[in-house]
Amino acid sequence: MAEIMYWEAIQRAHDEEMARDPLVICMGEDIGVAGGTYKATKGLYEKYGPLRVIDTPISENSYTGLGIGASFLGVRPIIELMSVNFAWLAMDQMFNSAAKVRYMSGGQLTAPCVFRSAGGAAHQLGAQHSARMEKVFMGIAGLRVVTPSNPKQAYGLLKSAIRCDDPVYINEHELMYNMKGDVPDTEYFHPLEGSEVTRSGTDVTLFGYNISVHWNLKAAEILDKQYGISAEVVDLYSLSPLDREGIRKSVSKTHRAVVVGEEEAPVGVCSEVISVINEECFFELDAAPVRVNSALVPQPYNHGLEKAAIPNAEDVVAAVLKLFGKA
Amino acid sequence: MKLEDKKRVLREMVVHRRFEERCYQAYIERKIGGFLHLYPGQEACCNGVMEAARPGYDYVITGYRDHVHAIKCGADPKEVMAELYGKETGSSKGRGGSMHIFDVSKRFMGGYALVGGPFPLAAGIAKGIQMKGGDEIAICFLGDAANNQGTFHETMNMAALYKLPVLFVCENNLYGIGTAIERSTAVVHQHKRVCGYDMEAAETDGQDIEKVYEAAKVAVNHVRSGKGPYFLELLTYRYRGHSMSDSRGYRSREEEEMWKQRDPIYILRDRLIAEKAMTMADYEAMEKEVDAYIENEVIKFAEESPEPKVEELEKYVLADRESQLPWITGKAA
Ligand SMILES: Cc1ncc(C[n+]2csc(CCOP(=O)(O)OP(=O)(O)O)c2C)c(N)n1
Ligand SMILES: [Mg+2]
Repeated sequence: MAEIMYWEAIQRAHDEEMARDPLVICMGEDIGVAGGTYKATKGLYEKYGPLRVIDTPISENSYTGLGIGASFLGVRPIIELMSVNFAWLAMDQMFNSAAKVRYMSGGQLTAPCVFRSAGGAAHQLGAQHSARMEKVFMGIAGLRVVTPSNPKQAYGLLKSAIRCDDPVYINEHELMYNMKGDVPDTEYFHPLEGSEVTRSGTDVTLFGYNISVHWNLKAAEILDKQYGISAEVVDLYSLSPLDREGIRKSVSKTHRAVVVGEEEAPVGVCSEVISVINEECFFELDAAPVRVNSALVPQPYNHGLEKAAIPNAEDVVAAVLKLFGKA
Repeated sequence: MKLEDKKRVLREMVVHRRFEERCYQAYIERKIGGFLHLYPGQEACCNGVMEAARPGYDYVITGYRDHVHAIKCGADPKEVMAELYGKETGSSKGRGGSMHIFDVSKRFMGGYALVGGPFPLAAGIAKGIQMKGGDEIAICFLGDAANNQGTFHETMNMAALYKLPVLFVCENNLYGIGTAIERSTAVVHQHKRVCGYDMEAAETDGQDIEKVYEAAKVAVNHVRSGKGPYFLELLTYRYRGHSMSDSRGYRSREEEEMWKQRDPIYILRDRLIAEKAMTMADYEAMEKEVDAYIENEVIKFAEESPEPKVEELEKYVLADRESQLPWITGKAA
């Protein structure tokens, strides 16, 4: 085990897979000579050259389509959308081509590509650079959606996504690229499906994914130390498909659920998780499940307003206390 | 250009340069957050074009490198700086930030962060002008790399097809972030790209404001006289990195030096000195005066302005509810 950063984990997965298979390529804006906005492709251009590490023009929809077309012939492109906000422009190709081609062709054609992008609010990047869009991707049939909360997942999910024959969208977070964590020294493939119990508990389950797992861990600590409430933290690293069984199991144990996401509430990951809880284990519940989300506003630039718009560990604690009638 | 205009514009360009350099400092001091894209090196582009147009009357739209365009249209530098500080007195009430300066009262229709996004918006503004029958024009300032977006071609086609009163100004600074134009784009000279739409186009030196002005006059006259859109390419260079986290490893210091020899402010200054319209001492005094203005008025205003109230987080998301009640409730009288 070595402790490396999230971006290094992603870079390592690229490097290993590109070294193994000459049909693995990567493409995106500023990923080659410049090494990638978040360094996720650092050094690859020097090593694999311009035919396999492609600096694209700022033509998100068309370069994404180009990568998808190449994948029809068995090329395995890792397509970086610099920021999830720019993925809006590529959604036509992602949804209409990659996600549907297998189905439309009766299984004749597949699009084994990986889409990666950084999402979430970082620091004061404003309304057009702070979107959370995982809710949009996870609603599309034919697309897998995963979202790593730590370097090990960032490495292992990308490795598996490249090997998988389905198109996979990987949702990273702008604030997490420099996060450190242990990654196995030997090759490791993280499951694309499932969920992980990050901290075990008995009184309430805190569901989260990506950055909200970290808020939940902090909240669980506070709940334990200050209120004697034992919270279980579940990491939903696969958003599509959701781990219905994992969700059921945890709720059947704790009988209470708080679902936490950085997204705005409506039509979201959290509302979907609550629907799954209702469908899978309604009669196990001791209280109505609740969610903790960002305010429904375009992300404000001002620092104070931005902070107020995004949830944090304290908000999670408050939601749990309310659930227990302690607030 | 007339002599008094040249003298005035020289001072304006110095204000623009100093404003941007002061932003750099404020960013280091963490007074400004987010992404910050600065304009030094390209001043003659915005200034030359807008001298040929009618700032505050013609509509202007641009990308994220937008402070100077806003100021040139008439936005108060104090309010622009306050916006960068995230203050309630800022041009977007602290909600927008550097990439989203707006001053609609001055017909500065905003800065947008998505590359290529403003193309169709500019054409739409021109459509609005066409429908209302005014003699304003729409001016869209964007970079070179933006032309690789689908919106570029889709918009050029519609603008030509509908003969819209819109001037597209391409500030070709040879890079899109760290990718040199010849590595992203099949043709370096961007004006060639609109010939497929039979659109009038020209290219000129973007460092010499008088050349920009002359070319822009032709372009603006064409558009204002109802002959349809025009595409003007200006060859220029940005001195600083793309935004603040850019170490400029993709280009050489020699190349940067070469461009600095053709500094838009110094070209105009030296010409005015040669014409005996001013002395070096006059220029230096003016620079000092500008610095004092930026420090004592612009920065002071931004520093002393209040933050937005957290209780007003949701203000501006939708129209004032009261004003919309007839439709919200379906009880329109
Ligand atoms: C749709 C979209 N894709 C990518 C980006 C990231 N990005 C911001 S500026 C930029 C380069 C634009 O270059 P250019 O149009 O030449 O303008 P310049 O910055 O040189 O003025 C890129 C790729 C973005 N903001 N929006
Ligand atoms: Mg450029």
